[in-house]
Amino acid sequence: MNLEGILAQLAAMLVALMAAPLLMGWVNQWRALLQNRRPPPLLQQFRALHKLFWKESVMAHEATPMYRVAPYAVFSLMLLAAMIIPTLSTNLPLAPAADAIALVGLFALARVFISLAAMDIGTAFGTLGARREMLIGFLAEPAFLMVLFTASLISNSTSLATIVENLGQRQLTIQPSLAFAGVAFTMVSLAENARIPVDNPATHLELTMIHEALLLEYSGRHLALMEWAAALKLFAYSCAGLALFFPWGVARENDHIALLFALPVLAAKLAAGGIALAVIETILAKMRIFRVPEFLATAFLLGVLGLLVHLLLGA
Amino acid sequence: MNPGWLPIDGVLLVVGGWLALGVCGVFALRNLRLIAWVIFPASALLSVALAGFAFVAIPSTPDVAVLAIGLPDLPFHLRLDALSAFFLLLLGLASAGITIFAGGYFREGEGTAPGLICLQYHVFLAAMALVLMADDAYAFMVCWEMMALSSFLLVTTNHRIPEIQRAGYLYLLVAHIGAIAILLCFGVLQANTGDYTFANMRLQQLSPFWASAAFLLALFGFGAKAGILPLHIWLPEAHPAAPSPVSALMSGVMLKTAIYGLVRVTFDLLHTPIWWWGVVALVLGLATALFGAVFAAAQVDMKRLLAYSSIENIGLIVMALGLASVFAAYRMPSLAALAMTAMLYHCLNHAIFKSLLFLGTGSVLHATHERSLGKLGGLMRFMPFVAATTLVGVIAAAGLPPTNGFVSEWLLLQSFLFTGGLPNPYLKMLVPIFAAGVALVAAIAGYVMVKFFGVIFLGRPREESLAGARDAGGLERLGLAWLTAGCILLGLLPVTVIGVIDPIPFGLVGRGLAQSGRVGNWLLLAPVTAERASYSPIIVLLATLALVAFAVVLVHRLYHGRVRRAAPWDCGWPQQTARMQDTAEGFGQPIRQIFEPLYRMHRELPTAFDSRPRYRVIVEDPFWAGLYLRIAAATDRISRFVGLLQRGRISIYLLYSFITLVTLLFLTQA
Repeated sequence: MNLEGILAQLAAMLVALMAAPLLMGWVNQWRALLQNRRPPPLLQQFRALHKLFWKESVMAHEATPMYRVAPYAVFSLMLLAAMIIPTLSTNLPLAPAADAIALVGLFALARVFISLAAMDIGTAFGTLGARREMLIGFLAEPAFLMVLFTASLISNSTSLATIVENLGQRQLTIQPSLAFAGVAFTMVSLAENARIPVDNPATHLELTMIHEALLLEYSGRHLALMEWAAALKLFAYSCAGLALFFPWGVARENDHIALLFALPVLAAKLAAGGIALAVIETILAKMRIFRVPEFLATAFLLGVLGLLVHLLLGA
Repeated sequence: MNPGWLPIDGVLLVVGGWLALGVCGVFALRNLRLIAWVIFPASALLSVALAGFAFVAIPSTPDVAVLAIGLPDLPFHLRLDALSAFFLLLLGLASAGITIFAGGYFREGEGTAPGLICLQYHVFLAAMALVLMADDAYAFMVCWEMMALSSFLLVTTNHRIPEIQRAGYLYLLVAHIGAIAILLCFGVLQANTGDYTFANMRLQQLSPFWASAAFLLALFGFGAKAGILPLHIWLPEAHPAAPSPVSALMSGVMLKTAIYGLVRVTFDLLHTPIWWWGVVALVLGLATALFGAVFAAAQVDMKRLLAYSSIENIGLIVMALGLASVFAAYRMPSLAALAMTAMLYHCLNHAIFKSLLFLGTGSVLHATHERSLGKLGGLMRFMPFVAATTLVGVIAAAGLPPTNGFVSEWLLLQSFLFTGGLPNPYLKMLVPIFAAGVALVAAIAGYVMVKFFGVIFLGRPREESLAGARDAGGLERLGLAWLTAGCILLGLLPVTVIGVIDPIPFGLVGRGLAQSGRVGNWLLLAPVTAERASYSPIIVLLATLALVAFAVVLVHRLYHGRVRRAAPWDCGWPQQTARMQDTAEGFGQPIRQIFEPLYRMHRELPTAFDSRPRYRVIVEDPFWAGLYLRIAAATDRISRFVGLLQRGRISIYLLYSFITLVTLLFLTQA
């Protein structure tokens, strides 16, 4: 661990904190544009967060400490997850603490916290949301793990920094195993981030909501933290996807010139990814909740196929 | 070293102490205060001492002892090697917490008198310790039976309830079918030498056929005790029937004695596994784990749910064992050591967190007299201590960082990722499917644990009587705190724990993780190299806590910390009642729907015209009707046929003797 590493880690944290709401705003802008609506300003998410932080937090009489702890826990876990994924540089002192499997563990822990908090007050919608969130989680989590395993086997490591360094060196060819993994990853990240076709982030329709049902009782700063955590999750998933499938442009240790370009390259990649997400959300319709397990089981199978293809063909 | 004192003497002292305490209990049959505040705490101290002796014994050379009990010319051979010592350590650590809890738990008026329970309990503990040290088949079987019988008596503590009688009978039956298979396995292992000591069995070179027969018999026999599919059937019956500390002891420790036996036979007595044994274990383990997880999600009784979750964990352990034997068969000792370390680590973790969860249900049961999840809820407000400790257990059982459950799951997944080097292409193809299975099982376990904790402790109380629930008493708290600390410490210090485990894979497969210097430092767990894979629970925990502190301070400094209490909003619906929450059935419904073909379900759905609408779903184990009832029916048919011979008239029996005699004479003449 050196000074440069600590600075890189702090930079990664700041970038995650700032870029996450920006990415959310960017996706919202593009979605509005594609749907012929007037887009909200890019900084709308920051304004919303600022407003929520100022508002007082209203809590139910029944709320236990679980309810108050959860927003902070979820926010910190998502921030930590975003910090250990190599975005700008692979020289991250925190990265060895958690490899790809631990990353999935962090996401799962956050999911458990958010679901338990939703069950805490004992409203019908809260438990409904918790049940649906766990339903998505139990299928999405192994699928995500399979995607990470494929990348791990290719680069012979589960450490995210090593994966990015290894994959970044290879030629620009399409590997069949990574192609399978890429499709699986896209499906998983749509589900995990409560996006169409699995969930609609824009509505509070009782019959269909998942993510919003979890946050229904939250208000004020607690809601702000949960919203920020959701933005961080989208950012972390996007960065994980970029790290696995488009690892070019991430600076290696002691590569200072690449470090200069790392931020613009990341911004460009995220911008492109955000547009792709907006397009997906515009052209697809939300599916019924009963179809979600099929959708995610497909992702899981594709992930396993990717792994098999790599082990059998070595590609 | 000190020649006057050996760890095995210490262990035997503890066993003797336990038996003495049990006998004391009989003399103080109804003196509850003495039993609760003297005998059980003293026994817990002995457990701690046992853990200490076992800890010393793991890295030292094996000790042997011969006890002149039993038949003449057939003494008990005992041996304390690293493998035995590790499982004794597990027994000591888990039973220390369980026993101190039991002191506060057993009360007057629940079936068997407390003094008698105390005797049975301590005989059970002593029998498990002796099973782990037995070094000949005779001692092993005697102690094994002692363990089965004492636990049967403990399961049937409330012996006046017919359901509990049935559960106990089923348990006894399966335990004995398993015992027969183990006996046959030892028969094969001694290879016609007539010498039943393990030392002799180690020397025998069995042909692959007989070695495989011994392995399969051991898998069947020990599988019956561990709960491997399809012999798991007694677990979900016996665990809810038994008092909670006994469930904890059975699930946490007794199942591990079966794993111990399996490891002992596979890696020690048979020394070289054959590759397909590992595949059999992997397939059975995956089936068991998936089945356990899927059924746990559908349960509505909290202890049944935990019983199925134990089945799931046993499945994972058996998978790790299978993987270790595949690697050992292909002479890949480092990888075998990794898989074996994952297996032993998971044994220890499961012993701690499952005991904790069972004890938590015990406290809930005492406070509410309710086992059904559908009648609980909101207990976190009334029982904060039990809720907080159970939450740690739940996170561990869900296999999440930074607790102990995650470490062993991480090691297991890591060992699956190394299988690319296997020479057998079919195995190479199967292994990712197993890895995917492990990932799926771990994720369903998370679902189950959220259901378990959320329905019991969160939300609103589903019954009005729950508002009077009181938190656990002093001794119970001490037990819960001990096991909670175990969950956290085993999770935070993986490299230290692996260092303790290390002599076992070194002895059994010829290499240890720490011994080859490839496990990282105390802060960073890195089983191969840091570039390959690394995990540091301490850093993860500290970083998360630092970020939480950072967020709290920043939010409160920059903005404010005001909170207003109000009625819950719930989309503006004012007439919210506790009945509108998800029930346990409701929370498990998605899993039930996805895995519908696996279940046998009876549904009673109300129609629009019912005056008293009633909704009920009963989920049954398909093995019960599909396998066990058929076996029972077949046995019935065969015995009816045999019964035809019995006429109850002396002349007919004389005729049988006459025919037999004539036939024999004819045969000898011919």
